[in-house]
Amino acid sequence: MTETNGYQFGFLDEYAKKEVRRSVLKAIALPGYQVPYSSREMPMGRGFGTGGLQLTLALIGAGEVLKVIDQGSDDSVNAVNLRTFVEMTCPDISTTTKTQEATLIQSRHRIPEKALTERQVLVLQVPYPDALTVVEASEDRRKAMHGEADYSRLLVKLYEDIVTFDEITISHRYPTRINGHYIIDPSPIPRFDVPKMHQSPALILLGAGREKKIYAVPPYTEAIPLAFEDVPFRVEDFSDAQGRRRPCQRCGCRLSYLDEFINSTTGDKVYQCSDVDWCNDQLEMAREQAA
Amino acid sequence: MSYVAIKGGGRAIQGAEALLEYLRTEQGRGGLPLDLETIQSQLRFLHGRVMSEGGLYHPELAALAIKQFMGDSLEAAFALRAYRSTKPRLCESPVLDTGAMRLVRRISSAFKDIPGGQMLGASPDFSLRLLRLELLDESPERFQEIAASWLDDLPDDKMPDSLPKVLDHLRQEGLLPKYKVNLDSEPFDITREPLIFPVPRSAALATMARAETGSLLGIAYSNMRGYGDVHPTVAEMRVGYLPILLPHPVTGEAIEVGEVLITECEVVAMYEESGDHDIPRFTLGYGACFGHNEVKALAMAILDRSLQKGMRDGPANPSEDPEFVLLHIDGIDSMGFCTHYKMPHYVTFQSDMDRLRTTQKKETLKRVKEKQQ
Repeated sequence: MTETNGYQFGFLDEYAKKEVRRSVLKAIALPGYQVPYSSREMPMGRGFGTGGLQLTLALIGAGEVLKVIDQGSDDSVNAVNLRTFVEMTCPDISTTTKTQEATLIQSRHRIPEKALTERQVLVLQVPYPDALTVVEASEDRRKAMHGEADYSRLLVKLYEDIVTFDEITISHRYPTRINGHYIIDPSPIPRFDVPKMHQSPALILLGAGREKKIYAVPPYTEAIPLAFEDVPFRVEDFSDAQGRRRPCQRCGCRLSYLDEFINSTTGDKVYQCSDVDWCNDQLEMAREQAA
Repeated sequence: MSYVAIKGGGRAIQGAEALLEYLRTEQGRGGLPLDLETIQSQLRFLHGRVMSEGGLYHPELAALAIKQFMGDSLEAAFALRAYRSTKPRLCESPVLDTGAMRLVRRISSAFKDIPGGQMLGASPDFSLRLLRLELLDESPERFQEIAASWLDDLPDDKMPDSLPKVLDHLRQEGLLPKYKVNLDSEPFDITREPLIFPVPRSAALATMARAETGSLLGIAYSNMRGYGDVHPTVAEMRVGYLPILLPHPVTGEAIEVGEVLITECEVVAMYEESGDHDIPRFTLGYGACFGHNEVKALAMAILDRSLQKGMRDGPANPSEDPEFVLLHIDGIDSMGFCTHYKMPHYVTFQSDMDRLRTTQKKETLKRVKEKQQ
């Protein structure tokens, strides 16, 4: 066992890693089912991605290429913190910011814009693993509802939204049915990212550290957001007053999820790609085309 | 044009850490680093609390955690807990007998005269909480003299190291249910298994034993005030050093490997109908934790009693609901999740705004239409 900074490879003891791997296998075998696991305390706060981190540390090995993003950014404070920790405790791995180079991607709140491939695993950090939490507080009762695929109260919640607001008001963490049975909380990704889960070539693993659950959307599996026949699922709208899709102010892309902020010098509203790597790629491509 | 809001994370973290380290050492040349023995001795209640909430009895590392995190009990317990994640579980102790504790304090509020007598020990319970202003400027000489003269004045009549348990006395009187010891059932290890409800009592006790003191107290207090009806009597509160036995690696024989400072509390609550055709008897609540922390042990004992009631009859109050109590008392979990709200939530907030704007647009259109009609 390699000793790193006084800690063994992957920080966790081997029993903990074995337990996570076995839970992952079970999660893949039962798409969308929340597998309980003991979940160790990590040296960063519960809620900062300790569930995702335990998955990453249990799966990563020598030669693996890791990308860590938070809000679509490789350089946001939490992404840097997690990446540094993995680098420190896992020598012989390498890290990247490029989506296509990574074999393992840990992310909070986003699925990368670039389509993932079969050789990649996406790990999502999860604060609330259970889509039923909004309608049922007791985990014991929720477990029975999942087993019976009883999602009537969730559908009623959507229906009530439509009656009150003429819109489904769930913005992110949109309930999504996996493989025709379990409904998952896909983690706080925007609705924009939910369709990327459907028939994804990459394995998607979701880890909730504080709530001690692991679940999976296996490759090429159905992932259908909850909706009604006459009220279809809709992603975030980025069109301007004239109904045109806003471009990213930096790279000009009209396909990506956008961050909105105020330009501190001009006071204007500015829209930019939330996925930094994607944005850089688009700029690069534009430059190559111009040359 | 570069990314405004989220670039430079690495440098920002380093800067924040450097600043914290400066704060720890800001006394500069006039300062001395806290030494770990001073923390263990003069901040003993904080120290015990950190070991208890961290779930690891490691006096030296607990003192280090207090020093490193500048006395923040949540952060210090957190660091200790994270350290624990790197260690495998090697063996299990047999059931330990708290009757064998080397006592430093032991009281009962049920009986004036308990076998072995009351032993008040070190306790601020009955002292006036007046600031001792003379300690504002305490000289090292005076400080060192106090302990020396106290030891000199010790009376000769030595008290015994350990004393019998008050509950044994009550049991002999037939006031309490008989022991139901099930030696086949393995204790639930909350560090190796997630809580899936309903959970056994041992899981509830283990979860409470490393819970955050304030959280435990808050929920227990709700029971005391009327959201519940435990009405406890402290049969016994004992503080002392519990001998730890572990199986010998070769012979398997239980041998003493050391002792840990713990606080143990047993409360007796009013009797109720027993389900098993026995005559009515008092009911019990149990609390125990690392370190000297009587509030925690007592709050835990009350909640043990209220949870047993909730498990039997269904919860009528938050303090009787095992999910409500056990999932909300861990300091590391709750503090971590609370803290995480300070992280960026740009993506989800963008999504929230999308929903609000869409709904606003629809509502405005609807109102315009209504006006036109």
